[in-house]
Amino acid sequence: MSHAAVAAHPETATGLDSRKLAIWTFIGSECMFFASLIGTYLVYKGKDVAGPRPHDVWLLNGKEVEQMLEIPLVTTGTALLLFSSLFVVLALYGAQKGKRGMLIGWLGATLFCGIFFVGMQVFEFTHFYHRGMGFTTNLFSQTFFTLTGFHGGHVSLGVLWLSTVFVLALRGKLPPEKSLNLEIAALYWHFVDVVWIVIFPVVYLIH
Amino acid sequence: MDAAAHTHEHSHPTPAVYVRIGITLFVLTALEVALYEIGRRGQPPALALAITPVFVELLLLLSAFKFALVAMFYMHLKQDSRLFSSVFVFPLIIAAAIIMALLLLFGYLYSLHPLPK
Repeated sequence: MSHAAVAAHPETATGLDSRKLAIWTFIGSECMFFASLIGTYLVYKGKDVAGPRPHDVWLLNGKEVEQMLEIPLVTTGTALLLFSSLFVVLALYGAQKGKRGMLIGWLGATLFCGIFFVGMQVFEFTHFYHRGMGFTTNLFSQTFFTLTGFHGGHVSLGVLWLSTVFVLALRGKLPPEKSLNLEIAALYWHFVDVVWIVIFPVVYLIH
Repeated sequence: MDAAAHTHEHSHPTPAVYVRIGITLFVLTALEVALYEIGRRGQPPALALAITPVFVELLLLLSAFKFALVAMFYMHLKQDSRLFSSVFVFPLIIAAAIIMALLLLFGYLYSLHPLPK
């Protein structure tokens, strides 16, 4: 990598950029936060006195129509979230190399995937609500909405953060020496992705 | 910052590596869903019978592998300073301990006070 592509930062005791160390420390604290939510979901899993339960089948006129959890839809959202992680590193590569087209194109694709994922969750939550599963219906609904809702909130925050970086890139205010601004946002985005990598099998696939 | 540390911190992978990792992640996710569908439908029966006893372990293993790929390559922990790895891995160990502790404590609690059916 060329020296111009390396983001400059003030002298620090560790020799590392403090902003990058700060985001890693924040990500570490977030790991413990999500662990408590995942742990809570797991300890209450299958302990509901009343349904609906995650792998129950909805009945329409006495006929099984579909599983409560929308596996095909959520799998699509999961795939797009994984691809968004790829797209954001390609955008970062473009930013570090000064390739503006690559930066804007891949960052735009990342935002599209993120927005789709948030939309998928809004659809899923609304669908559950119309099927009679609100936040206080049972233990499953409370732990499910809390866990996936907090994750969705993090994704939304990531979309907003990346949008601000996208606007900077569009205005030509993200030269290679300022690529760390995108790298830090991308680290947060990847964290949101790895949390979903854990949530997806735990909540949707394991029964 | 010394030059060696600087170079070490920033020698990130190439786009070709990123794309290969992306494809691997996609394939692993497809495998997770395929395992789920085989278990749910019970088809093909022989495969479903073989998968069922180790279904949870397989999914957790695949999930851990995907997690590691993203952390190492996309989050650049493989190339960046070890200090970043430390501030991520140490809380990750605590996070795993939190989940294990909650499962053990509540498992013990439910054995003492079973929930009404």
